[in-house]
Amino acid sequence: MLTQYSFIAVFGIVAFSFVIIGLALVAIFAPSNPYPLKRSTYECGAEAVGSSWIQYNVRYYMFTLLFIVFDVETVFFFPWARIYKSLASFGIPVFYGFIEGFVFMLILILGLIYAWRKGILEWV
Amino acid sequence: MAQGDTRMGIVQHLPKFIKQWPGGGLAIASIDMVMNYSRKSSLWPMTFGLACCAIEMMAANASRYDFDRFGIIPRPSPRQSDVMIVAGTVCTKMAPFVVKLYHQMPEPRYVLAMGSCAISGGIFYHGSYSVVKGVDKIIPVDIYIPGCPPRPEALFEGFMKLQEKIMNESIANPELKLVPENPDLGPHYAIEEYVEPLPSENNAGDAK
Repeated sequence: MLTQYSFIAVFGIVAFSFVIIGLALVAIFAPSNPYPLKRSTYECGAEAVGSSWIQYNVRYYMFTLLFIVFDVETVFFFPWARIYKSLASFGIPVFYGFIEGFVFMLILILGLIYAWRKGILEWV
Repeated sequence: MAQGDTRMGIVQHLPKFIKQWPGGGLAIASIDMVMNYSRKSSLWPMTFGLACCAIEMMAANASRYDFDRFGIIPRPSPRQSDVMIVAGTVCTKMAPFVVKLYHQMPEPRYVLAMGSCAISGGIFYHGSYSVVKGVDKIIPVDIYIPGCPPRPEALFEGFMKLQEKIMNESIANPELKLVPENPDLGPHYAIEEYVEPLPSENNAGDAK
């Protein structure tokens, strides 16, 4: 068991040395000539105006939250659909698998109905 | 920190010490060869498509001409690029952008002036108040590629010339290009100063 974990240590050492070797090569070979104009913000050549800390509308956050929920739902449905037909070979009734998937979807649909009632889906 | 105060990589300080040893020149030449070969083999251009030359540049990077096989991969950022292809007409309004992007590229940096407009102003040379008459007025150009617009083969010829130029570089005398940070284009890019008068019809008749 312990020897198996030592692989992680080897991976760590390799990853660490990868970064160190890269930085060392840059220090040895790359010419370095920083000056204010070169270090200035890259904005396709235009002058950067204002701060990058700006405020977004909170509605984007709500939409993103809803999107993530149903995005993850899709990801969960794929393995379910993959083994759906072969459920019988595991000794489970296929209808039971359907109910399970339906309940999972129902919970999320209840969430959607809640969001709908709250008026989140409307862009005022 | 000014532009000229260069803190070179360790390799750039080597020639001072190695040169005094016997066989030092040979060592420098070997280092040069390796460094120049690696530099020329992965020339990443910053695509500066400003006019119709950009279409030829795109064709060069796409599947038919496939510059990728020579290690030439277009980059959208000056931070990751080695060479700037100025492909097209540089207007006076675009000039400060060209200069700033040139300054934001890391050394060593090269410039390819692609097409007549980037070389000299091209068809806008006479009588135009808004076009920079050659991009070499604002940034140092390494290779000029003639054509209006040049074919992708011509662009690759330019890259080959640039590769030749890179192979002749040496860490013993690194070339430091000092470039003004603000392009001096004169007040409103005055017509009298920069534009040659059109050959008038009378003169043309005399010439015949």
